[in-house]
Amino acid sequence: MSSGRRELPGDPRVRELVRQARGVSRRRFLAGAAGTAGAGALLAACGTAGSTRAEDGGGGAGGPLRWANWTQYLDQDESGTSFPTLAAFEERSGIAVDYAEDVEDNDSFYGKVSRQLENGQDIGYDVVTLTDWMTARWIRQEYAAELDRSRIPNADNILPNLAAVDFDDGRRFSLTWQSGFAGIAWDTQAIPDGLRSVSDLWDPQYKGRVEVLSEMRDTIGLIMLENGTDPAGDWSTDDWFDALDVVQRHLDDGQIRQVRGNSYVQDLASGDAVACIAWSGDITSLNYEYDGRFAFAIPDAGGTLWSDNLMVPRASPRRAQAEELFDYYYDPQVAAEVAAWVNYITPVQGAQEAMASIDPELAEDPMIFPTEEILSQVRVFRTLTPAEEERYNGQFLTAIGA
Amino acid sequence: MLRRSRAGTALAGQPPAPAGGRGARRLLVPGVLYLGVFFVLPVGTLLATSLYAPVPGGELGQYTPALRWQNYPEALGAFWPQLVRSFAFAGAATVVALVVGYPMAYVIAVRARGRRTLQGLLVVLVVAPFFTSFILRTIAWKQILADGGAVVGALRWLHVLPPDGRVSATSAAVVVGLTYSFLPFMVLPLFAALERLDPRLLEAGADLYAAPATTFRRVTLPLSMPGVVAGTLLTFIPAVGDYVNSSLLGNSTTTVMIGQVVDARFFRLLDYPTAAVLSVVLMVTILVLVTAYVRRAGTEDLV
Repeated sequence: MSSGRRELPGDPRVRELVRQARGVSRRRFLAGAAGTAGAGALLAACGTAGSTRAEDGGGGAGGPLRWANWTQYLDQDESGTSFPTLAAFEERSGIAVDYAEDVEDNDSFYGKVSRQLENGQDIGYDVVTLTDWMTARWIRQEYAAELDRSRIPNADNILPNLAAVDFDDGRRFSLTWQSGFAGIAWDTQAIPDGLRSVSDLWDPQYKGRVEVLSEMRDTIGLIMLENGTDPAGDWSTDDWFDALDVVQRHLDDGQIRQVRGNSYVQDLASGDAVACIAWSGDITSLNYEYDGRFAFAIPDAGGTLWSDNLMVPRASPRRAQAEELFDYYYDPQVAAEVAAWVNYITPVQGAQEAMASIDPELAEDPMIFPTEEILSQVRVFRTLTPAEEERYNGQFLTAIGA
Repeated sequence: MLRRSRAGTALAGQPPAPAGGRGARRLLVPGVLYLGVFFVLPVGTLLATSLYAPVPGGELGQYTPALRWQNYPEALGAFWPQLVRSFAFAGAATVVALVVGYPMAYVIAVRARGRRTLQGLLVVLVVAPFFTSFILRTIAWKQILADGGAVVGALRWLHVLPPDGRVSATSAAVVVGLTYSFLPFMVLPLFAALERLDPRLLEAGADLYAAPATTFRRVTLPLSMPGVVAGTLLTFIPAVGDYVNSSLLGNSTTTVMIGQVVDARFFRLLDYPTAAVLSVVLMVTILVLVTAYVRRAGTEDLV
């Protein structure tokens, strides 16, 4: 019974039926096996699936332009279902854009695509939007495609202080998407007199209700500025560790409730935090919801300026279409429309004039169109070498308990 | 010795397994393939990664295959507090879940017996939280336990908390969150075990003049042991590695669990060897603890 098949029945009709039934089941089994083999092949191809796609799209205009961006980082219509400026671009250029809010944070996005980048494969995106230091890492490792600036004439509209950055001299590989400040924010109901400096966060009366950002460059950068060190300059290891000591001390004595990423916004709203190190655009958005309950300021000692940059991965087959998209978004009129919605600093000169016709009040908002005076108060954290990045990030993470 | 002979008799008492033909073995192929691709291979990779060495002067996240055993003492030396804390929090959450979940399961399985609608409704209530996202539910707890919320207000009024005390961003909040998250995994196996409880045995206990507590201890609890073992394992194991509760409900010093460390090392620092070491240690420790526990509690009752 255990080996071999049972003898076929004697009755010829029954015998035929059984044979047919077996035939069917065998065919089914074969089909199933083919399916399994197909799945196996698919699995085996997982690592290289990207490259196949790259070849498919090698023809150029074939597939849509795939853009990975952060959430709430492009103008939406009232219902939040479409992106007006992007729709206009698709209509004008005939290029379909597959827009995905797939960048949750720099590190985890990098973790997802770094293997393919290393192997020179298509990562499934033709345009990515990443923060300065991550952009620096991409350019250093030659993961970004060189842009043909003659095809992006509008890129000359870039603000002068963003045109020359230490990680991309002459902006050959990246273009700024939006910028923002890190500074201090507080709940005006709890702190009617406001705050002026990072040291004000350490006032004992706010014990356990202060939060700092888990972004090392912003938290440490602001404290370095408070300590009189310029994070953009040639600071020493001691300067950095002095700033970390401040964080460590206030974590240990319970002054700092939590070290947070984006979620500090919820803690401000719930009242668990009354003061924190924060990003400018978040507070603007939060105030729409809470009737201006929160205030944001660049500390007296200065704040940090960060930017997110558009890049084209090297293996992307649609660089030309991406350049067309960049050119479109560097049109002052379009840039103003985006800025009016996202509330971050637009990198495009002339957008302020264009904004005056969309929303004159926003055209005067220093958090979207910063004045010379504000720009002189903020610094960009200098680019770290890989060894520095590993050391400082590791130390910072250890201090904040991870 | 005793245990072994018991297991032996149990085996002897089972009907012999039918001899499987080639067809039966073929049916195993998908399962074996699945385990090979999604379990053996990743675990092997994990073990190998835990011994990688950094490339001198290399880019962030670049490691080369090596046998760098000192990765283990280094990672454990740095992160043993988080490791110990994870087991402590998960243990506390499991105990609380058992204490809270047992009466729930008892009411559903025994008290509501015979009333199909009520029983169904109660089971749905236990399972209902699964209909929304785990993350969203944890964020909801943040708001429930917020400083200005009703829970903290009540505790302050009762002087359980000092006037400036708080619940969120404390160890208590993390344990509460863990308990809540895994409570259904405790209740459902307990329910399944208690549903088979024969009420006549309880009557027999009463007839023999046993106090209700004694009946519970001598009859109900032993009969529900398979549910207790399954429930505690299903709660404890995922709770040890959980990092959502500790990162959302905890603070950055005294509540950090090992899952958070692995996440940060892996995704933020690209320190793959350390993350792999901690994952391996976590896995092995859980395996040892669970084996010891199951041997003590008795596996033969689990079926």
